[in-house]
Amino acid sequence: MIVDVGVNLSRWPFRRLRGDEPGQLPAMLLERGVGQAWAGSFDGMLHMDIAGVNERLASECRRGGAGILIPFGSVHPKLPDWEEDLRRCAEDHRMPGIRLHPNYHGYTLDDPDFARLLKEAAARRLAVQLVLKMEDERVQHPLLRVPPVDASPLLGVIAGIPGLRLMILNGPGRLSKDAVVKLAAAGVHFDFAMHEGITGVARLIEQIGAERVVFGSHFPFFTWESARLKVQESGLDANTTERILSQNALRFLSR
Amino acid sequence: MINRREFMAGAAVAAGLAGLGGCASAPSANPPAPFDVWNLHCHLYGLPGTTGEEKVANTLKIADRLGIHRLIFYMGMEVGSANPTPEALRRYNDECMAAIKPFHPRVLGFVYLNPEHVDFCLAEFDRCVKNGPLVGVKLWVARHCNLPELDSLVRRATELQAPIYQHTWMNNLGNKPGESTPQDLVELAARHPDAALICGHAGGDWERGIRIIRASKNVRLELAGFDPAAGVAEMAVRELGPERLIYGSDTGGRSFASQIAKVLGADISDDARRLTLGGNLRRMLQPILDAKGIRP
Repeated sequence: MIVDVGVNLSRWPFRRLRGDEPGQLPAMLLERGVGQAWAGSFDGMLHMDIAGVNERLASECRRGGAGILIPFGSVHPKLPDWEEDLRRCAEDHRMPGIRLHPNYHGYTLDDPDFARLLKEAAARRLAVQLVLKMEDERVQHPLLRVPPVDASPLLGVIAGIPGLRLMILNGPGRLSKDAVVKLAAAGVHFDFAMHEGITGVARLIEQIGAERVVFGSHFPFFTWESARLKVQESGLDANTTERILSQNALRFLSR
Repeated sequence: MINRREFMAGAAVAAGLAGLGGCASAPSANPPAPFDVWNLHCHLYGLPGTTGEEKVANTLKIADRLGIHRLIFYMGMEVGSANPTPEALRRYNDECMAAIKPFHPRVLGFVYLNPEHVDFCLAEFDRCVKNGPLVGVKLWVARHCNLPELDSLVRRATELQAPIYQHTWMNNLGNKPGESTPQDLVELAARHPDAALICGHAGGDWERGIRIIRASKNVRLELAGFDPAAGVAEMAVRELGPERLIYGSDTGGRSFASQIAKVLGADISDDARRLTLGGNLRRMLQPILDAKGIRP
Protein backbone atom coordinates (compact mmCIF):
# COMPACT_ATOMS: atom_id res chain seq x y z
CA MET A 1 0.00 0.00 0.00
CA ILE A 2 1.16 3.53 -0.73
CA VAL A 3 0.39 6.42 1.62
CA ASP A 4 0.46 9.60 -0.42
CA VAL A 5 0.87 12.54 1.97
CA GLY A 6 0.35 15.29 -0.60
CA VAL A 7 -2.79 15.30 -2.73
CA ASN A 8 -5.16 18.20 -3.39
CA LEU A 9 -8.92 18.37 -3.85
CA SER A 10 -11.05 20.98 -5.64
CA ARG A 11 -9.83 23.17 -8.50
CA TRP A 12 -6.43 24.62 -9.31
CA PRO A 13 -7.21 28.30 -9.98
CA PHE A 14 -5.59 28.50 -13.41
CA ARG A 15 -6.06 25.16 -15.14
CA ARG A 16 -8.44 22.23 -15.15
CA LEU A 17 -6.77 19.03 -14.04
CA ARG A 18 -7.65 15.43 -14.63
CA GLY A 19 -8.94 14.32 -11.24
CA ASP A 20 -10.48 17.59 -10.14
CA GLU A 21 -14.09 16.43 -10.40
CA PRO A 22 -15.59 15.20 -7.12
CA GLY A 23 -14.94 11.50 -6.69
CA GLN A 24 -12.47 11.32 -9.56
CA LEU A 25 -9.30 11.71 -7.52
CA PRO A 26 -9.76 8.75 -5.14
CA ALA A 27 -10.58 6.48 -8.06
CA MET A 28 -7.38 7.52 -9.82
CA LEU A 29 -5.38 7.01 -6.64
CA LEU A 30 -6.85 3.58 -6.03
CA GLU A 31 -5.94 2.58 -9.59
CA ARG A 32 -2.36 3.48 -8.75
CA GLY A 33 -2.17 1.44 -5.58
CA VAL A 34 -2.64 4.27 -3.10
CA GLY A 35 -4.33 3.01 0.05
CA GLN A 36 -4.34 6.30 1.92
CA ALA A 37 -4.01 9.88 0.71
CA TRP A 38 -3.70 12.99 2.84
CA ALA A 39 -5.77 15.62 1.10
CA GLY A 40 -5.68 19.37 1.36
CA SER A 41 -7.76 21.70 -0.75
CA PHE A 42 -6.55 24.00 -3.51
CA ASP A 43 -9.22 26.37 -2.18
CA GLY A 44 -7.18 26.76 0.98
CA MET A 45 -4.60 28.80 -0.91
CA LEU A 46 -6.79 31.76 -1.83
CA HIS A 47 -10.27 31.48 -0.32
CA MET A 48 -11.02 33.67 2.69
CA ASP A 49 -13.89 31.50 3.93
CA ILE A 50 -11.50 28.91 5.27
CA ALA A 51 -14.18 27.37 7.45
CA GLY A 52 -16.22 26.66 4.32
CA VAL A 53 -13.17 25.22 2.57
CA ASN A 54 -12.56 22.83 5.45
CA GLU A 55 -16.19 21.82 5.71
CA ARG A 56 -16.26 20.87 2.02
CA LEU A 57 -12.93 19.10 2.31
CA ALA A 58 -14.08 17.04 5.27
CA SER A 59 -17.35 16.22 3.57
CA GLU A 60 -15.73 15.18 0.29
CA CYS A 61 -13.20 12.99 2.06
CA ARG A 62 -15.94 11.36 4.12
CA ARG A 63 -18.54 10.89 1.39
CA GLY A 64 -16.55 10.63 -1.82
CA GLY A 65 -13.15 9.59 -0.62
CA ALA A 66 -13.56 5.86 -1.23
CA GLY A 67 -12.24 5.33 2.27
CA ILE A 68 -8.75 6.49 1.37
CA LEU A 69 -8.83 10.29 1.68
CA ILE A 70 -7.73 11.82 4.99
CA PRO A 71 -8.53 15.54 5.22
CA PHE A 72 -5.88 18.08 6.21
CA GLY A 73 -7.65 21.39 6.74
CA SER A 74 -6.31 24.83 5.96
CA VAL A 75 -5.63 27.38 8.66
CA HIS A 76 -4.81 31.00 7.86
CA PRO A 77 -3.30 32.64 10.96
CA LYS A 78 -3.79 36.13 9.57
CA LEU A 79 -7.57 35.77 9.44
CA PRO A 80 -9.70 36.90 12.38
CA ASP A 81 -10.53 34.10 14.79
CA TRP A 82 -8.39 31.51 13.03
CA GLU A 83 -8.33 29.64 16.32
CA GLU A 84 -11.93 28.59 15.68
CA ASP A 85 -10.90 27.10 12.31
CA LEU A 86 -8.24 25.12 14.12
CA ARG A 87 -10.73 23.96 16.73
CA ARG A 88 -13.17 22.81 14.05
CA CYS A 89 -10.43 20.90 12.22
CA ALA A 90 -9.65 19.01 15.41
CA GLU A 91 -13.00 18.66 17.10
CA ASP A 92 -15.73 18.91 14.47
CA HIS A 93 -14.04 17.37 11.45
CA ARG A 94 -11.73 15.06 13.39
CA MET A 95 -8.87 15.81 11.07
CA PRO A 96 -5.48 14.40 12.01
CA GLY A 97 -3.66 17.45 10.74
CA ILE A 98 -3.63 20.79 8.96
CA ARG A 99 -1.89 22.12 5.87
CA LEU A 100 -0.36 25.61 5.78
CA HIS A 101 0.39 27.91 2.83
CA PRO A 102 2.33 30.83 4.37
CA ASN A 103 3.31 32.32 1.01
CA TYR A 104 -0.30 32.46 -0.21
CA HIS A 105 -1.47 33.75 3.18
CA GLY A 106 1.09 36.51 3.36
CA TYR A 107 3.23 35.75 6.39
CA THR A 108 6.79 34.68 7.02
CA LEU A 109 7.94 31.92 9.32
CA ASP A 110 9.39 34.34 11.83
CA ASP A 111 5.92 35.82 12.34
CA PRO A 112 4.79 35.25 15.95
CA ASP A 113 1.36 34.16 14.70
CA PHE A 114 3.00 31.24 12.90
CA ALA A 115 4.71 30.08 16.08
CA ARG A 116 1.46 30.45 17.99
CA LEU A 117 -0.38 28.39 15.38
CA LEU A 118 2.22 25.62 15.62
CA LYS A 119 1.92 25.61 19.41
CA GLU A 120 -1.88 25.43 19.25
CA ALA A 121 -1.71 22.64 16.68
CA ALA A 122 0.72 20.67 18.82
CA ALA A 123 -1.49 21.17 21.86
CA ARG A 124 -4.44 19.77 19.93
CA ARG A 125 -2.36 16.83 18.62
CA LEU A 126 -2.78 18.06 15.06
CA ALA A 127 0.03 17.24 12.64
CA VAL A 128 1.18 20.16 10.50
CA GLN A 129 2.06 20.07 6.82
CA LEU A 130 3.98 23.14 5.70
CA VAL A 131 3.84 23.65 1.93
CA LEU A 132 6.87 25.58 0.68
CA LYS A 133 5.43 26.22 -2.76
CA MET A 134 2.70 25.06 -5.09
CA GLU A 135 4.34 25.70 -8.46
CA ASP A 136 7.52 26.93 -10.09
CA GLU A 137 7.65 30.67 -9.53
CA ARG A 138 9.23 31.15 -12.97
CA VAL A 139 6.01 30.19 -14.74
CA GLN A 140 3.27 31.50 -12.47
CA HIS A 141 0.32 33.42 -13.78
CA PRO A 142 1.42 37.02 -14.31
CA LEU A 143 -1.28 38.32 -11.98
CA LEU A 144 -0.47 35.92 -9.15
CA ARG A 145 3.23 35.64 -8.56
CA VAL A 146 3.88 34.06 -5.18
CA PRO A 147 7.47 33.45 -4.10
CA PRO A 148 8.20 30.20 -2.26
CA VAL A 149 8.27 30.12 1.53
CA ASP A 150 11.61 31.03 3.07
CA ALA A 151 11.93 28.20 5.57
CA SER A 152 15.25 29.32 7.03
CA PRO A 153 13.69 30.53 10.36
CA LEU A 154 11.93 27.21 10.88
CA LEU A 155 14.51 25.44 13.02
CA GLY A 156 14.50 28.23 15.57
CA VAL A 157 10.70 28.36 15.62
CA ILE A 158 10.08 24.67 16.22
CA ALA A 159 12.77 24.32 18.88
CA GLY A 160 10.44 25.59 21.55
CA ILE A 161 7.40 23.52 20.63
CA PRO A 162 7.37 20.08 22.22
CA GLY A 163 5.10 17.50 20.67
CA LEU A 164 4.94 19.20 17.29
CA ARG A 165 4.68 16.85 14.31
CA LEU A 166 5.82 18.78 11.26
CA MET A 167 6.12 17.72 7.65
CA ILE A 168 7.46 19.85 4.79
CA LEU A 169 5.73 19.40 1.45
CA ASN A 170 7.17 20.52 -1.89
CA GLY A 171 10.56 21.19 -0.41
CA PRO A 172 13.33 21.34 0.43
CA GLY A 173 13.52 24.25 -2.00
CA ARG A 174 16.10 26.81 -1.00
CA LEU A 175 16.78 25.34 2.41
CA SER A 176 20.50 24.68 2.80
CA LYS A 177 21.60 21.07 3.05
CA ASP A 178 22.72 21.75 6.60
CA ALA A 179 19.29 23.14 7.53
CA VAL A 180 17.55 20.11 6.02
CA VAL A 181 19.75 17.78 8.06
CA LYS A 182 19.08 19.71 11.26
CA LEU A 183 15.33 19.87 10.64
CA ALA A 184 15.23 16.14 9.99
CA ALA A 185 17.20 15.54 13.17
CA ALA A 186 14.54 17.58 14.95
CA GLY A 187 11.87 15.22 13.64
CA VAL A 188 10.67 17.11 10.56
CA HIS A 189 9.60 14.86 7.67
CA PHE A 190 10.04 15.70 3.98
CA ASP A 191 8.22 14.56 0.88
CA PHE A 192 9.92 14.56 -2.53
CA ALA A 193 7.28 15.73 -4.99
CA MET A 194 9.49 18.70 -5.89
CA HIS A 195 12.85 17.19 -4.96
CA GLU A 196 14.76 16.90 -8.22
CA GLY A 197 17.95 15.51 -9.73
CA ILE A 198 18.95 12.05 -10.82
CA THR A 199 18.20 9.44 -8.10
CA GLY A 200 17.00 12.35 -5.98
CA VAL A 201 15.13 10.21 -3.46
CA ALA A 202 18.23 8.11 -2.77
CA ARG A 203 20.27 11.27 -2.30
CA LEU A 204 17.68 12.72 0.07
CA ILE A 205 17.79 9.51 2.08
CA GLU A 206 21.60 9.68 2.19
CA GLN A 207 21.27 13.19 3.51
CA ILE A 208 18.64 12.79 6.23
CA GLY A 209 18.01 9.07 6.65
CA ALA A 210 15.17 6.94 5.33
CA GLU A 211 12.97 7.45 8.38
CA ARG A 212 12.24 11.11 7.59
CA VAL A 213 11.28 10.70 3.94
CA VAL A 214 7.65 10.24 2.89
CA PHE A 215 5.86 9.76 -0.39
CA GLY A 216 4.05 12.88 -1.60
CA SER A 217 2.90 13.35 -5.17
CA HIS A 218 1.41 16.87 -5.36
CA PHE A 219 -1.31 15.17 -7.40
CA PRO A 220 -3.29 16.16 -9.41
CA PHE A 221 -1.26 19.30 -10.10
CA PHE A 222 1.70 17.06 -10.85
CA THR A 223 1.31 13.84 -12.71
CA TRP A 224 1.20 11.17 -9.99
CA GLU A 225 3.65 8.89 -11.75
CA SER A 226 6.47 11.38 -11.17
CA ALA A 227 6.76 10.61 -7.46
CA ARG A 228 6.33 6.88 -7.95
CA LEU A 229 8.95 6.67 -10.68
CA LYS A 230 11.39 8.70 -8.58
CA VAL A 231 11.34 5.82 -6.12
CA GLN A 232 11.97 3.34 -8.90
CA GLU A 233 14.77 5.46 -10.35
CA SER A 234 16.52 5.55 -6.99
CA GLY A 235 16.98 1.77 -6.90
CA LEU A 236 16.13 1.41 -3.21
CA ASP A 237 15.93 -1.93 -1.47
CA ALA A 238 12.51 -3.33 -0.65
CA ASN A 239 12.68 -2.45 3.02
CA THR A 240 13.59 1.19 2.41
CA THR A 241 10.99 1.47 -0.32
CA GLU A 242 8.27 0.23 1.98
CA ARG A 243 9.29 2.70 4.65
CA ILE A 244 9.05 5.71 2.40
CA LEU A 245 5.97 4.53 0.53
CA SER A 246 3.91 3.97 3.65
CA GLN A 247 5.51 3.12 7.00
CA ASN A 248 7.09 6.49 7.73
CA ALA A 249 3.86 8.35 7.06
CA LEU A 250 1.78 6.00 9.17
CA ARG A 251 4.27 6.26 12.01
CA PHE A 252 4.32 10.06 11.72
CA LEU A 253 0.56 10.22 12.24
CA SER A 254 0.50 7.71 15.05
CA ARG A 255 3.14 9.46 17.13
CA MET B 1 11.64 -2.23 -25.24
CA ILE B 2 8.86 -1.65 -22.79
CA ASN B 3 5.21 -0.65 -22.94
CA ARG B 4 3.38 1.46 -20.39
CA ARG B 5 1.78 -1.48 -18.62
CA GLU B 6 5.08 -3.33 -18.36
CA PHE B 7 6.78 -0.13 -17.32
CA MET B 8 4.44 0.44 -14.42
CA ALA B 9 4.39 -3.26 -13.56
CA GLY B 10 8.16 -3.12 -13.43
CA ALA B 11 7.90 -0.34 -10.91
CA ALA B 12 5.92 -2.55 -8.59
CA VAL B 13 8.20 -5.53 -9.07
CA ALA B 14 11.33 -3.48 -8.56
CA ALA B 15 9.90 -2.12 -5.36
CA GLY B 16 8.79 -5.49 -4.13
CA LEU B 17 5.33 -4.06 -3.65
CA ALA B 18 1.93 -4.40 -5.17
CA GLY B 19 1.66 -0.62 -5.03
CA LEU B 20 1.10 -0.14 -8.71
CA GLY B 21 -1.26 -3.02 -9.09
CA GLY B 22 -3.86 -0.85 -10.77
CA CYS B 23 -1.44 0.26 -13.42
CA ALA B 24 -0.06 -3.21 -13.78
CA SER B 25 -3.41 -4.79 -14.46
CA ALA B 26 -3.69 -7.96 -16.49
CA PRO B 27 -2.68 -7.57 -20.13
CA SER B 28 -5.49 -7.03 -22.58
CA ALA B 29 -6.05 -9.31 -25.57
CA ASN B 30 -4.22 -6.79 -27.74
CA PRO B 31 -1.42 -5.38 -25.65
CA PRO B 32 0.15 -2.20 -26.94
CA ALA B 33 3.39 -2.46 -28.85
CA PRO B 34 6.50 -1.72 -26.79
CA PHE B 35 7.96 1.74 -26.37
CA ASP B 36 11.48 2.36 -27.58
CA VAL B 37 12.43 5.24 -25.28
CA TRP B 38 14.93 7.81 -26.56
CA ASN B 39 15.93 10.54 -24.14
CA LEU B 40 16.93 13.67 -26.01
CA HIS B 41 18.44 15.64 -23.16
CA CYS B 42 21.23 14.54 -20.84
CA HIS B 43 24.24 16.38 -19.42
CA LEU B 44 27.39 15.03 -17.85
CA TYR B 45 27.30 17.42 -14.92
CA GLY B 46 25.27 16.38 -11.92
CA LEU B 47 25.68 12.67 -12.66
CA PRO B 48 27.24 10.12 -10.34
CA GLY B 49 30.82 9.32 -11.21
CA THR B 50 34.15 11.03 -11.72
CA THR B 51 35.11 10.65 -15.36
CA GLY B 52 32.72 11.29 -18.22
CA GLU B 53 32.80 7.63 -19.18
CA GLU B 54 31.99 6.61 -15.62
CA LYS B 55 29.13 9.10 -15.46
CA VAL B 56 27.56 7.75 -18.63
CA ALA B 57 28.00 4.15 -17.48
CA ASN B 58 26.31 4.90 -14.15
CA THR B 59 23.54 6.84 -15.82
CA LEU B 60 22.79 4.00 -18.22
CA LYS B 61 22.26 1.71 -15.24
CA ILE B 62 19.80 4.21 -13.77
CA ALA B 63 18.09 4.63 -17.14
CA ASP B 64 17.66 0.86 -17.26
CA ARG B 65 15.57 1.02 -14.08
CA LEU B 66 13.03 3.08 -16.00
CA GLY B 67 13.25 1.30 -19.32
CA ILE B 68 14.94 4.22 -21.05
CA HIS B 69 16.85 2.83 -24.00
CA ARG B 70 18.87 5.57 -25.53
CA LEU B 71 20.43 8.76 -24.23
CA ILE B 72 21.64 11.84 -26.04
CA PHE B 73 24.29 13.95 -24.31
CA TYR B 74 25.58 17.45 -24.95
CA MET B 75 27.85 20.01 -23.33
CA GLY B 76 30.79 19.14 -21.08
CA MET B 77 31.69 18.11 -17.57
CA GLU B 78 30.63 21.48 -16.15
CA VAL B 79 27.80 23.89 -16.90
CA GLY B 80 30.32 26.59 -17.75
CA SER B 81 29.82 30.14 -18.90
CA ALA B 82 26.61 31.25 -20.56
CA ASN B 83 28.81 32.57 -23.35
CA PRO B 84 31.59 30.01 -23.79
CA THR B 85 34.80 30.76 -25.68
CA PRO B 86 35.88 28.63 -28.64
CA GLU B 87 38.44 26.95 -26.39
CA ALA B 88 35.78 26.04 -23.87
CA LEU B 89 33.43 24.76 -26.57
CA ARG B 90 36.13 22.55 -28.00
CA ARG B 91 36.90 21.14 -24.56
CA TYR B 92 33.21 20.52 -23.80
CA ASN B 93 32.68 18.76 -27.11
CA ASP B 94 35.80 16.65 -26.59
CA GLU B 95 34.54 15.70 -23.13
CA CYS B 96 31.16 14.77 -24.55
CA MET B 97 32.62 12.66 -27.37
CA ALA B 98 35.01 10.87 -25.01
CA ALA B 99 32.27 10.14 -22.51
CA ILE B 100 29.85 8.62 -25.00
CA LYS B 101 32.40 6.74 -27.11
CA PRO B 102 32.31 3.40 -25.23
CA PHE B 103 28.51 3.37 -25.35
CA HIS B 104 27.95 4.58 -28.90
CA PRO B 105 25.43 4.22 -30.52
CA ARG B 106 23.19 3.45 -27.56
CA VAL B 107 24.38 6.83 -26.39
CA LEU B 108 24.54 9.63 -28.95
CA GLY B 109 25.65 13.24 -28.73
CA PHE B 110 25.08 16.73 -30.14
CA VAL B 111 27.75 19.34 -30.73
CA TYR B 112 27.55 22.41 -28.46
CA LEU B 113 27.95 25.67 -30.39
CA ASN B 114 27.87 29.39 -29.62
CA PRO B 115 26.67 31.70 -32.41
CA GLU B 116 28.95 34.42 -31.07
CA HIS B 117 31.83 32.56 -32.75
CA VAL B 118 30.37 31.63 -36.13
CA ASP B 119 33.52 30.73 -38.04
CA PHE B 120 34.83 28.61 -35.20
CA CYS B 121 31.45 26.92 -34.84
CA LEU B 122 31.21 26.05 -38.53
CA ALA B 123 34.59 24.34 -38.21
CA GLU B 124 33.58 22.74 -34.90
CA PHE B 125 30.41 21.42 -36.52
CA ASP B 126 32.47 19.82 -39.26
CA ARG B 127 34.95 18.37 -36.75
CA CYS B 128 32.31 16.88 -34.47
CA VAL B 129 29.34 16.14 -36.74
CA LYS B 130 30.42 15.99 -40.40
CA ASN B 131 33.64 14.19 -39.59
CA GLY B 132 32.90 13.06 -36.05
CA PRO B 133 30.38 10.97 -34.14
CA LEU B 134 27.89 13.65 -33.10
CA VAL B 135 24.48 13.84 -34.76
CA GLY B 136 22.90 17.20 -33.89
CA VAL B 137 23.47 20.71 -32.56
CA LYS B 138 22.86 22.14 -29.11
CA LEU B 139 22.42 25.88 -28.66
CA TRP B 140 22.05 27.29 -25.17
CA VAL B 141 21.88 30.86 -23.91
CA ALA B 142 24.78 32.74 -25.49
CA ARG B 143 22.77 34.60 -28.14
CA HIS B 144 19.12 34.96 -29.03
CA CYS B 145 18.43 32.48 -31.77
CA ASN B 146 16.57 34.90 -34.03
CA LEU B 147 19.81 36.79 -34.77
CA PRO B 148 21.26 36.57 -38.29
CA GLU B 149 24.48 35.05 -36.92
CA LEU B 150 22.55 31.82 -36.59
CA ASP B 151 21.79 31.52 -40.28
CA SER B 152 25.04 30.00 -41.53
CA LEU B 153 25.07 27.49 -38.66
CA VAL B 154 21.50 26.45 -39.37
CA ARG B 155 22.22 26.11 -43.08
CA ARG B 156 25.23 23.90 -42.39
CA ALA B 157 23.29 21.69 -39.98
CA THR B 158 20.39 21.44 -42.38
CA GLU B 159 22.69 20.34 -45.22
CA LEU B 160 23.66 17.39 -43.07
CA GLN B 161 20.10 16.92 -41.79
CA ALA B 162 21.29 17.44 -38.24
CA PRO B 163 18.56 18.53 -35.81
CA ILE B 164 19.13 21.72 -33.83
CA TYR B 165 18.15 21.82 -30.18
CA GLN B 166 17.58 25.36 -28.96
CA HIS B 167 17.13 25.98 -25.23
CA THR B 168 14.14 28.28 -24.74
CA TRP B 169 12.53 29.74 -21.66
CA MET B 170 10.07 32.45 -20.69
CA ASN B 171 10.98 33.20 -17.11
CA ASN B 172 8.73 35.42 -14.99
CA LEU B 173 11.78 36.38 -12.99
CA GLY B 174 13.69 37.41 -16.11
CA ASN B 175 15.61 35.55 -18.81
CA LYS B 176 19.38 35.53 -19.08
CA PRO B 177 20.68 38.20 -21.48
CA GLY B 178 21.09 35.86 -24.46
CA GLU B 179 18.39 33.37 -23.52
CA SER B 180 16.01 32.59 -26.35
CA THR B 181 12.24 32.39 -26.18
CA PRO B 182 10.01 30.21 -28.35
CA GLN B 183 9.15 33.38 -30.28
CA ASP B 184 12.83 33.81 -31.17
CA LEU B 185 12.90 30.24 -32.43
CA VAL B 186 9.76 30.74 -34.51
CA GLU B 187 11.48 33.67 -36.24
CA LEU B 188 14.50 31.50 -36.99
CA ALA B 189 12.25 28.69 -38.22
CA ALA B 190 10.52 31.05 -40.65
CA ARG B 191 13.88 31.83 -42.28
CA HIS B 192 14.80 28.12 -42.45
CA PRO B 193 11.71 26.11 -43.28
CA ASP B 194 13.78 23.00 -44.02
CA ALA B 195 15.65 23.02 -40.74
CA ALA B 196 14.77 20.49 -38.04
CA LEU B 197 14.38 22.64 -34.94
CA ILE B 198 13.56 21.65 -31.39
CA CYS B 199 12.02 24.08 -28.92
CA GLY B 200 13.80 23.09 -25.71
CA HIS B 201 11.87 22.98 -22.42
CA ALA B 202 8.68 23.91 -24.29
CA GLY B 203 9.66 27.46 -23.37
CA GLY B 204 9.24 26.63 -19.67
CA ASP B 205 5.85 28.31 -19.58
CA TRP B 206 4.45 25.52 -21.74
CA GLU B 207 0.89 26.80 -22.08
CA ARG B 208 2.29 29.81 -23.94
CA GLY B 209 5.17 27.94 -25.57
CA ILE B 210 2.88 25.46 -27.28
CA ARG B 211 0.77 28.26 -28.72
CA ILE B 212 3.80 30.21 -29.92
CA ILE B 213 5.24 27.35 -31.98
CA ARG B 214 1.88 25.94 -33.08
CA ALA B 215 1.97 27.37 -36.62
CA SER B 216 5.68 26.64 -37.19
CA LYS B 217 5.54 23.13 -38.50
CA ASN B 218 9.30 22.56 -38.56
CA VAL B 219 9.57 23.23 -34.83
CA ARG B 220 9.20 20.29 -32.44
CA LEU B 221 8.43 20.65 -28.75
CA GLU B 222 10.71 19.13 -26.12
CA LEU B 223 9.29 18.29 -22.71
CA ALA B 224 12.42 18.34 -20.55
CA GLY B 225 13.54 20.46 -17.66
CA PHE B 226 10.42 21.79 -16.02
CA ASP B 227 8.08 20.53 -13.33
CA PRO B 228 5.91 17.48 -14.15
CA ALA B 229 2.75 19.55 -14.34
CA ALA B 230 -0.19 17.41 -15.36
CA GLY B 231 -1.68 18.26 -18.72
CA VAL B 232 1.35 19.34 -20.71
CA ALA B 233 1.46 16.31 -22.99
CA GLU B 234 -2.30 16.38 -23.42
CA MET B 235 -2.27 20.02 -24.52
CA ALA B 236 0.74 19.51 -26.76
CA VAL B 237 -0.81 16.52 -28.52
CA ARG B 238 -4.08 18.40 -28.93
CA GLU B 239 -2.52 21.57 -30.32
CA LEU B 240 0.51 20.29 -32.23
CA GLY B 241 -0.46 16.73 -33.05
CA PRO B 242 1.41 13.69 -31.77
CA GLU B 243 4.31 13.95 -34.20
CA ARG B 244 5.89 17.11 -32.83
CA LEU B 245 6.55 16.08 -29.23
CA ILE B 246 9.87 14.81 -27.97
CA TYR B 247 10.71 13.39 -24.55
CA GLY B 248 13.86 14.53 -22.81
CA SER B 249 14.85 14.80 -19.18
CA ASP B 250 17.58 17.44 -18.65
CA THR B 251 19.34 14.90 -16.45
CA GLY B 252 21.26 15.26 -14.07
CA GLY B 253 19.60 18.52 -12.96
CA ARG B 254 16.27 16.76 -13.30
CA SER B 255 15.35 13.17 -12.60
CA PHE B 256 14.51 10.79 -15.41
CA ALA B 257 11.37 10.01 -13.43
CA SER B 258 9.67 13.38 -13.20
CA GLN B 259 10.21 14.06 -16.88
CA ILE B 260 9.12 10.74 -18.34
CA ALA B 261 6.10 10.85 -16.03
CA LYS B 262 4.78 13.77 -18.10
CA VAL B 263 4.35 11.26 -20.93
CA LEU B 264 3.64 8.01 -19.09
CA GLY B 265 1.07 9.65 -16.82
CA ALA B 266 -0.64 11.62 -19.58
CA ASP B 267 -4.11 10.93 -20.89
CA ILE B 268 -2.96 10.43 -24.47
CA SER B 269 -3.13 7.46 -26.80
CA ASP B 270 -0.41 4.81 -26.71
CA ASP B 271 0.44 5.80 -30.28
CA ALA B 272 1.06 9.38 -29.19
CA ARG B 273 3.04 8.10 -26.21
CA ARG B 274 5.18 5.91 -28.44
CA LEU B 275 5.92 8.77 -30.81
CA THR B 276 6.75 11.16 -27.97
CA LEU B 277 8.98 8.72 -26.12
CA GLY B 278 11.10 7.87 -29.11
CA GLY B 279 9.40 7.58 -32.46
CA ASN B 280 9.51 11.26 -33.31
CA LEU B 281 13.15 11.70 -32.33
CA ARG B 282 14.17 8.57 -34.14
CA ARG B 283 12.45 9.77 -37.29
CA MET B 284 14.10 13.16 -36.95
CA LEU B 285 17.55 11.62 -36.56
CA GLN B 286 17.13 8.83 -39.09
CA PRO B 287 18.55 10.75 -42.10
CA ILE B 288 21.77 11.70 -40.35
CA LEU B 289 22.08 8.29 -38.72
CA ASP B 290 21.68 6.67 -42.13
CA ALA B 291 24.17 9.07 -43.71
CA LYS B 292 26.72 8.28 -41.01
CA GLY B 293 26.01 4.56 -41.07
CA ILE B 294 24.92 4.52 -37.44
CA ARG B 295 22.49 1.72 -36.57
CA PRO B 296 21.23 2.35 -33.02
